[in-house]
Amino acid sequence: MYNRRHLETTAAPGSEFRPVLNWIRSPKQGSSDVPAGLWTKCPRCATLIYRKELDRNLRVCSRCGYHHRLSATDRLAMVLDEGSFREHDEGLVPEDPLEFVDEQPYPTRVEEAQRRTGLPEAIVTGVGTIEGRRAVVGAMEFGFLGGSMGAVVGEKVARSAERAAELRCPLVVFAASGGARMQEGALSLLQMAKVSVALGRLGSLGVMFLSVLCDPTTGGVAASFAFQGDIIMAEPGALIGFAGRRVIEQTIRQKLPEGFQTAEFLMEHGLLDAIVPRQDLRPTLGRLLRLCGAPATASPPPLPADAQDSIA
Amino acid sequence: MAAVPSDRAGMPGAANASAERLERELTQVEREIADLKRITTARGVDLERQITALESRADALREAIAADPSPWQTVRLARHPDRPKVGDYIAGLMTDFIELHGDRTFRDDPALVTGLGFIDARPAAVVGHAKGRDTRENIARNFGMPNPEGYRKALRIMAVAEKLHAPVVTLIDTPGAYPGKEAEERGQSEAIARALLGMAGLRTPIVTVITGEGGSGGALAIGVGDAVLMLDKAVYSVISPEGCAAILWRDGTRGAEAARALRLTARDLAEWGIVDEIIPEPAGGAHSHPDLAVAAVAEGVRRHLAALASRPLDDLLAARYQKYRRIGRLQDVGAPQSGEGRMA
Repeated sequence: MYNRRHLETTAAPGSEFRPVLNWIRSPKQGSSDVPAGLWTKCPRCATLIYRKELDRNLRVCSRCGYHHRLSATDRLAMVLDEGSFREHDEGLVPEDPLEFVDEQPYPTRVEEAQRRTGLPEAIVTGVGTIEGRRAVVGAMEFGFLGGSMGAVVGEKVARSAERAAELRCPLVVFAASGGARMQEGALSLLQMAKVSVALGRLGSLGVMFLSVLCDPTTGGVAASFAFQGDIIMAEPGALIGFAGRRVIEQTIRQKLPEGFQTAEFLMEHGLLDAIVPRQDLRPTLGRLLRLCGAPATASPPPLPADAQDSIA
Repeated sequence: MAAVPSDRAGMPGAANASAERLERELTQVEREIADLKRITTARGVDLERQITALESRADALREAIAADPSPWQTVRLARHPDRPKVGDYIAGLMTDFIELHGDRTFRDDPALVTGLGFIDARPAAVVGHAKGRDTRENIARNFGMPNPEGYRKALRIMAVAEKLHAPVVTLIDTPGAYPGKEAEERGQSEAIARALLGMAGLRTPIVTVITGEGGSGGALAIGVGDAVLMLDKAVYSVISPEGCAAILWRDGTRGAEAARALRLTARDLAEWGIVDEIIPEPAGGAHSHPDLAVAAVAEGVRRHLAALASRPLDDLLAARYQKYRRIGRLQDVGAPQSGEGRMA
């Protein structure tokens, strides 16, 4: 089983997996009120869970089934074949076109997010295999400025779509985002259009896009690539919507019901293809990739590093 | 009045202290006018002459402000209730307009007007946000905030245009997509995402004009044009200034600061390549001479439609791809392993 392999592995072949290992070694996810980071408190049922036990269970609460949020690297480690991932475009970092300052200048916020997450931006993208089937894969990092989409996230999603078009293999993106990145103003808004032209072209070439909505997927990310998938899945309990709960409650001047904007709510309203529990995610994606005709490969994709330039 | 290319549309904006001073004086004058009117009704004193004098002073101040507004003043001008509405622009642009209704699935969304008409004797489709002229119409039209069915209707009409080989004109003026309970139930995100995808690949020319308020995803959902024009007192933003202030400072009243920070004016957007052309408004703003504003928009749309019509469709789509593909500011510092400084 793959849950034995990745989350507890301490050595993976190839430098491309380093971020995953960094994540595993850094104890950043520790909850504040539990000693020594050995235990984690489930935010839903408040049960104290032994951290290793939680990791073994793919960070799903064994008591109530709550799906803890995953970092981008943890997500990739969980679904991809071991050692199959080759990261792309990891050098892309944002500029500060608005010279935006609120309590802190935007570049300071970015640097802090980079330090905290060990990632350069709010999405990790590359090429890998899932159950032996090649896919272009992206995973968002909610811990990086709320997974917000600025120019870099838009660019990496667009390049991933272009890469998938070139390789003629499906695109899989795990969304986890509060929406567009306010600090990049209208430039971040227009990333919704940027990813749309790239995904539109991918679709016109007959290449599949599988979108997986993780907790949370809202705002400009929900209203663009997350809901542009040919097949759209979500994790149980994930918060998914366009507007924030508070904004809606203020607008309509009434309380929203329990369970509003959850994956289950969307499923009931016909907006999702499936809700996939985390332990089923990898086999489900594997099966879908086989159904979508993703190229079978035992080895990492033969894309030389300098071929990237021709794709951009 | 003729539109000018964006690079000649005005001086780069220095945040102006004088605009703020004029604003303060205007507030003062408006208060005096209100006082005098109250006195007139309460005591039956005839202050008509004084009131007229103050009102002409107020008009002069408004005109001066509109000549060089601060970002926040621009937001207020963009939201001015007397600005031309979608119906005015359609009347100025088209003949034989026929409104087409409904998304064929749920209902007709009055916040978004769609239809067909002739522009210079050639068929064209139009899609535009509909704000109301008064409170009653605003309520009926949900203040120009579409529900999912509005975007689905828009996409349906665009598909009709594609079939007719007719161009699409989209007119943006919305606070945003409606943040309501039913909107979520019917998939507001999905509707916008689908509209974006539909416009990205639509095989016919699209001209977009931001005529007033360009409110985030609800605006962009009909805004993926081959040419994007913007009236010079319109705004276009990822979030409303009030919403931005509420998030940043937990104080929705600090909209003026947020408006400055967000860089939401036509000039900013032209600088970033989001807007292709700024359409100057008549003195005092579009609301003071609506027919001049309508004529300027119609002229700009006609000119861009003519230019786009002469392009082969595949070139047009390739150019649209490049236009949106390029937007954003970022740099490539290279992979972490390779050390530092490989700037692109």
